[in-house]
Amino acid sequence: MNTDANTNGFLLKVDDLKTYFPVRKGLLRRIVGYVKAVDGVSLAIKSAMSFGLVGESGCGKTTVARSVLRLIPATSGKVIFDNIDILSADSAHMRDIRAAITLVFQDPFGSLNPRMTVGNIVGEPLKVHKKITGPDLTEHVRLILSKVGLPADAMNRYPHEFSGGQRQRIGIARALVLQPKLVICDEPVSALDVSIQSQILNLLKDLQQEFSLTYLFIAHDLAVVKFTCDIVAVMYMGRIVEQASAGELYNTPLHPYTVALMAAIPKISVSEQARPDRLKGEVPSIFNPPPGCPFNPRCQFAGDNCFVQNPPLVPVSDRPEHLVACWHIRK
Amino acid sequence: MSDNGILLDIKGLCVNFFTENGIAKAVQDVGFSVKKGETFALVGESGCGKSVTALSVMRLVADPPGKIVAGEIHFEHRNLLELTEQRMRSVRGNRIAMIFQEPMTSLNPVYTVGEQIVETIRLHQKKDEAEAWELATEMLRKVGIPDPVERVTEYPHQMSGGMRQRVMIAMAISCRPQLLIADEPTTALDVTIQAQILDLLDELQKQSQMSILLITHNLGIVAERARNVAVMYASKVAELSDCKSLFSNPLHPYTQGLLKSLPHLGFTGKRLYTIPGVVPEPLRFPAGCKFHPRCPVGCNDKKCQTIEPQLRSFDNGRAVACWYAPGYERPDDPKI
Repeated sequence: MNTDANTNGFLLKVDDLKTYFPVRKGLLRRIVGYVKAVDGVSLAIKSAMSFGLVGESGCGKTTVARSVLRLIPATSGKVIFDNIDILSADSAHMRDIRAAITLVFQDPFGSLNPRMTVGNIVGEPLKVHKKITGPDLTEHVRLILSKVGLPADAMNRYPHEFSGGQRQRIGIARALVLQPKLVICDEPVSALDVSIQSQILNLLKDLQQEFSLTYLFIAHDLAVVKFTCDIVAVMYMGRIVEQASAGELYNTPLHPYTVALMAAIPKISVSEQARPDRLKGEVPSIFNPPPGCPFNPRCQFAGDNCFVQNPPLVPVSDRPEHLVACWHIRK
Repeated sequence: MSDNGILLDIKGLCVNFFTENGIAKAVQDVGFSVKKGETFALVGESGCGKSVTALSVMRLVADPPGKIVAGEIHFEHRNLLELTEQRMRSVRGNRIAMIFQEPMTSLNPVYTVGEQIVETIRLHQKKDEAEAWELATEMLRKVGIPDPVERVTEYPHQMSGGMRQRVMIAMAISCRPQLLIADEPTTALDVTIQAQILDLLDELQKQSQMSILLITHNLGIVAERARNVAVMYASKVAELSDCKSLFSNPLHPYTQGLLKSLPHLGFTGKRLYTIPGVVPEPLRFPAGCKFHPRCPVGCNDKKCQTIEPQLRSFDNGRAVACWYAPGYERPDDPKI
């Protein structure tokens, strides 16, 4: 199933991915339109790197992840993982792919089966994908539990006996037990307490180094993404509006939405400066997006072209790695 | 009693939950005071007792299993804990109002938002139906909802999360309360909407001089919005301070650890500072200082392991409960 696509050392390459959900109405449930949850997203992740997707709820960041894994059928586009075209792979290939791409979920309470022991939860992927059983299985599970910092006796206990942070460690162990190439972390720390967040973030970083993992890291918290990721993409209404290396994005954000997003984060810095202009209004309805740039109703720079045409994501003139989709910046 | 600018004065509050597995001491000897017109933040991690403290002020702790076993809550010259339930009802929603974290589940889905605001108004104010509706519409306008005349007849599900929280705020301020308790008011909202809601609360506070008791786990919000703050850990106040001093010079090792462990945008290091271990559960509190198993300074100290430090006030208005805090007396040092 090798494709001719040139992946250039990228482990995952997503090209113009679109995921539309039909909107049905009336007695005959006729399709009256589409919700463009993901509308032309392209991204590429190099091996052993972390790529962060940030945005507010409903911007499509989770849908990107689910489309990549074909948990939601994509409408069009291309997803190349390790030289395999995921969107057209047959079921046998998909099985292998699902062992090579694993997920860490947001909610450490809802994502673990309360009636299974931790040993069974973490060991199940091995049984399914690698046909490992018996003492071998126990050994594998024991090893991975120690890697994520859980005591060995955790195996025979149930999820409810653990705190939120420890449960997230169980979820991470389950994701890593197959030695995946790519781990998709969907808001892995947003349900955790502040003092536990930093423990899990450090753990994810340590494990990445030890196993050369590649992360697709999805979060709404810009500070968390900045700490974890090498490259960060900001999404708004199904599209990437800005992408750059983490340092560059935070030092010189260009898109008005990125600027506003950063200004909105409550900061601890003691020096009190004048509060920057707040973003007005809310994210427009995705059922009925405004014409032109979807950010135009909230943008203080919107003019002329912004109401007519959606700006493409293009590199900034002197910085080829910094992409931005904004007419105002291109001028 | 509640003069010299103090609106709410809590003293020695203790709340227990009588469970099958034993008595969970959810709030232990908590005390602080909120001045008129200020925002006071109660900050801490989940299970530290901050929400139970707020519910105690409203006398809404579920009984059973919960019970306020000791303490005084002075508000407008009377101890709320001594009021009859009937008298308390005239305070609740009227003089003290509360907004909650989850704007979806706190609104009734089968009534329009207007009906819900009108219910509050008519319960506490002598207004007829038409006047109450007019006031409800006015309140929606005040909290920044566009087309309030139409939105007032809409149901909660027709609104976004941010709009619903605005409705909650409109309902809460419709009787012009002296104290607004905001329990994690923006935790369920996106950051850009969070900023709008917090700006709105600031604005309303300026107009009406109401006090806000802001309960949050987000230290960034505390730094930007509050004047004074109580940091809670394991059912007790660990540190009490004005906001500026807390962030520039935290006294309690827990506060210091929290501040250091936060990833922030200016952070460029490779690893975050971590507080080891987990928050203890109320049924399994350690002996001595409840923070000592996780504490970088006191984990091996005999005194920290055996005797719990009490919250002690300093001249500058700050207070801390830690044997190692600068200026905190250690009369008999057992480390000899």
